[in-house]
Amino acid sequence: MPEEGMEDNKEGEERPKWNNKAEYLLTCIGFAVGLGNVWRFPYLCQIYGGGAFLIPYLIALVFQGLPLLYLELAIGQRLRMGSIGVWNSISPYLGGVGVASMLVSFCVSLFYNTIVAWVLWYLFNSFQEPLPWSQCPLNHNNTGYVEECVESTPVNYFWYRQTLNITPNMETSGSLQWWLVVSLATAWSIVYICFVRGIKTIGKAVYVTATFPYLVLTIFLVRALTLPGAYEGLIYLFTPDWEILKNPQVWLDAATQIFFSLSVAFGGLISFSSYNSQKNNCEKDAVLVGVINSATSIYASIPIFAILGFKAHTNYVTCLNGNILALTNEFDISDMNITVENYEQWFDSLNGTHPSRVSDLKLKTCDLQTFLDQSASGTGLAFIVFTEAVISMPGSQVWAVLFFIMLFSLGLSSMFGNLEGILTPLHDLKLVPKWMPNELFTAIICLLLFLMALIFCLGSGNYWLEIFNSYVGSVPFLIIAFFEIIAVAYIYGIGRFSDDLEFMTGHRPNIFWKVCWLVISPLMLFVVLVAYVAVQAQTPPTYAAWNPDYVNFPNTEVLPYPDWVFAICVLLSSVPVISIPLVAIYRLICCMSGRHSKDSLHNNPNPYANEDYVVELLL
Amino acid sequence: MRCLRMLVRILVLLYLAGAPALAQTLCQPNASNGYRVRISIKTALGNQAYEWNENEMFLFRATMAFAMRRYYKTETYNVDNIIVCNQTRRVSFWFVVISPENPTMLIPKADVEKAVSMSRHRINNAFLLTDRTLEFLGIYPTLAEPVNPDTPPWLIVFGVVIGAVFAGIIALLVSSLLQKRRKEKGMMEDGQDEEDRQMKGVENGINLDGIYNRGFTDDDRFTKL
Repeated sequence: MPEEGMEDNKEGEERPKWNNKAEYLLTCIGFAVGLGNVWRFPYLCQIYGGGAFLIPYLIALVFQGLPLLYLELAIGQRLRMGSIGVWNSISPYLGGVGVASMLVSFCVSLFYNTIVAWVLWYLFNSFQEPLPWSQCPLNHNNTGYVEECVESTPVNYFWYRQTLNITPNMETSGSLQWWLVVSLATAWSIVYICFVRGIKTIGKAVYVTATFPYLVLTIFLVRALTLPGAYEGLIYLFTPDWEILKNPQVWLDAATQIFFSLSVAFGGLISFSSYNSQKNNCEKDAVLVGVINSATSIYASIPIFAILGFKAHTNYVTCLNGNILALTNEFDISDMNITVENYEQWFDSLNGTHPSRVSDLKLKTCDLQTFLDQSASGTGLAFIVFTEAVISMPGSQVWAVLFFIMLFSLGLSSMFGNLEGILTPLHDLKLVPKWMPNELFTAIICLLLFLMALIFCLGSGNYWLEIFNSYVGSVPFLIIAFFEIIAVAYIYGIGRFSDDLEFMTGHRPNIFWKVCWLVISPLMLFVVLVAYVAVQAQTPPTYAAWNPDYVNFPNTEVLPYPDWVFAICVLLSSVPVISIPLVAIYRLICCMSGRHSKDSLHNNPNPYANEDYVVELLL
Repeated sequence: MRCLRMLVRILVLLYLAGAPALAQTLCQPNASNGYRVRISIKTALGNQAYEWNENEMFLFRATMAFAMRRYYKTETYNVDNIIVCNQTRRVSFWFVVISPENPTMLIPKADVEKAVSMSRHRINNAFLLTDRTLEFLGIYPTLAEPVNPDTPPWLIVFGVVIGAVFAGIIALLVSSLLQKRRKEKGMMEDGQDEEDRQMKGVENGINLDGIYNRGFTDDDRFTKL
């Protein structure tokens, strides 16, 4: 035992601890509250009948989100290890769950920080007058504007051409865009500086990154409510359409949204709670984090939709003004006699007297509802729709800077959890050489991730990012979470788990939690998983490509994935979770040859998890 | 003799009377050498819009004469050389420019266009209008040259941010190194004295006297009486 002890304290340090409870809570909240709260939830609210969407959303939160959250925080706090160590302790056969968590965190870190890099790029470009996405650049001989920009919009052009320099399809890879590489390097450097001393520096960083988004959202809320058209946008968002609840797709999307929003199954939450003292009420923490996450989603959708309503209103007025100008010029009516208010009367009278001339003008139909229906989510919302709205607001630079700093804080605090889900298991697995200081190890991991993420800086990078987002950031998590809950509820045993919880929080979990862990959550997860895979299998694998030579440009061209790309998609979904059966089989083989019992004693000096008995029972 | 002088006087009178009429026929909508002007004062100035009247028209003709003078670098052009017709309440009208030497000759369209383009800024400012609100139909405004700074502004912001981040990283790494060296020095200095080490061990926050025995952390749970 003494040798083992020396090994544990190779640097003479015990496990790092949080400075205070606030840092721990802010880190967890920052990890859970991410970009999806701002740009996915409002979109879902909009397409699924506004206020009515809150019902499936809250049901999913209570019966699926909170139990999973409580479970992860509890086992991390109890077993005081990262995801791999924790699952090894609970059952060596399920050690693969931890490995899968780590692999998935690795893949997510790759593309998530690329999105943060894009946010940084836009942030750097917001310090200009005028904003670069507000006008088209001139072409080579200064005779006119660039054609691609004129055919689409300046905002689209800035995103697709000047930021991504996107290729027309996935087969053309294009070259590395140096400005994106530079932004990516900045993003990884900032992540590294926050990770340099582990949770000591993270704990300081989250005071800013976790709270700043709320400040910005409040400022935007106040500003947005004073803009014209905000009221229409909010009504549009929150008007409930109860019929939509009959559509099963709504329930599926609500369940997946709450699941991905809470960032469970990454392993990051387990790592964060492992740095707590064991006598911490993790039940309260879990409920707090879950409720705050959902409340943030709802709170964020209010200014977002007020601003989208403002944008729709602006587009509507611009459309009408175009028509008014055409009518005024054609019929030589006095300037400003036709206004937005009396447009209808003028149009009717002119159409009655000179119908042929009016129809020759080819006036556009301007309908506010059509403009409101133009919804977007994800990067489209932030980099196209919102940037367009910001141009029309007075003082655009300020609003653009505030918005992108908010997105940056949201993304950075989520990156903390992603990276923690990689680093802590590696530390606990004792894969770090003795001579290497932690700072160097973190630097190597960050450098490795940066180099691998360079594929997203190619011309076709955005297409690859969408693939990673859809295939890595979805099904593997559902599978991992399902195994997590089965492992704790049935293999570890709900009785033993309740004892642990009583030790940590002071009281046994009530009937609600037990029923959820045993029946409701696994069932919901299983149904969601099967339904999600079924829906994915039915939708043909296609992607939307930005091709200036396309016939219907500026509409995106819908192309099917090439076969080799589709093979990669399948690999991305399956390789992380393949470790679950692989490790189980490996342990079984080792166990048959009798080497296994020694390993577990050596790796896990935790006197409370005595899995020797588990092994013998199974034998 | 007297008859001849009368004839000349009548011809001169007729000419003087007919010249404006002749000039008027030169200015027509869709004239080959004329341009249409469209003015939107209320759009440009809103509440401070002035009314378009004969004086404003006079100013326009004077400004156009100025533009022609500037282009040809002569001082022969006058207000009379700019003929205006077909004014609507839009406000829009047609104008043509006649040569000061020969009142029947119109200045070609291309020259008028170049003259207008050259002095466009001055013409706009005379009326407090812009390229969009004072339109010469057929003469496209030269696109404003975008300001192209030598260093793109985003590169400057990036430089500031990355400089601060690297400075922070180096500062943190150096301070970690210094802390470790101080700890090692502390350990070496009292390496000889066992008792000292026990006391100092707790001080530095490093448990030098044994292994952190997790098995005993939770004792109070079992010793509650």
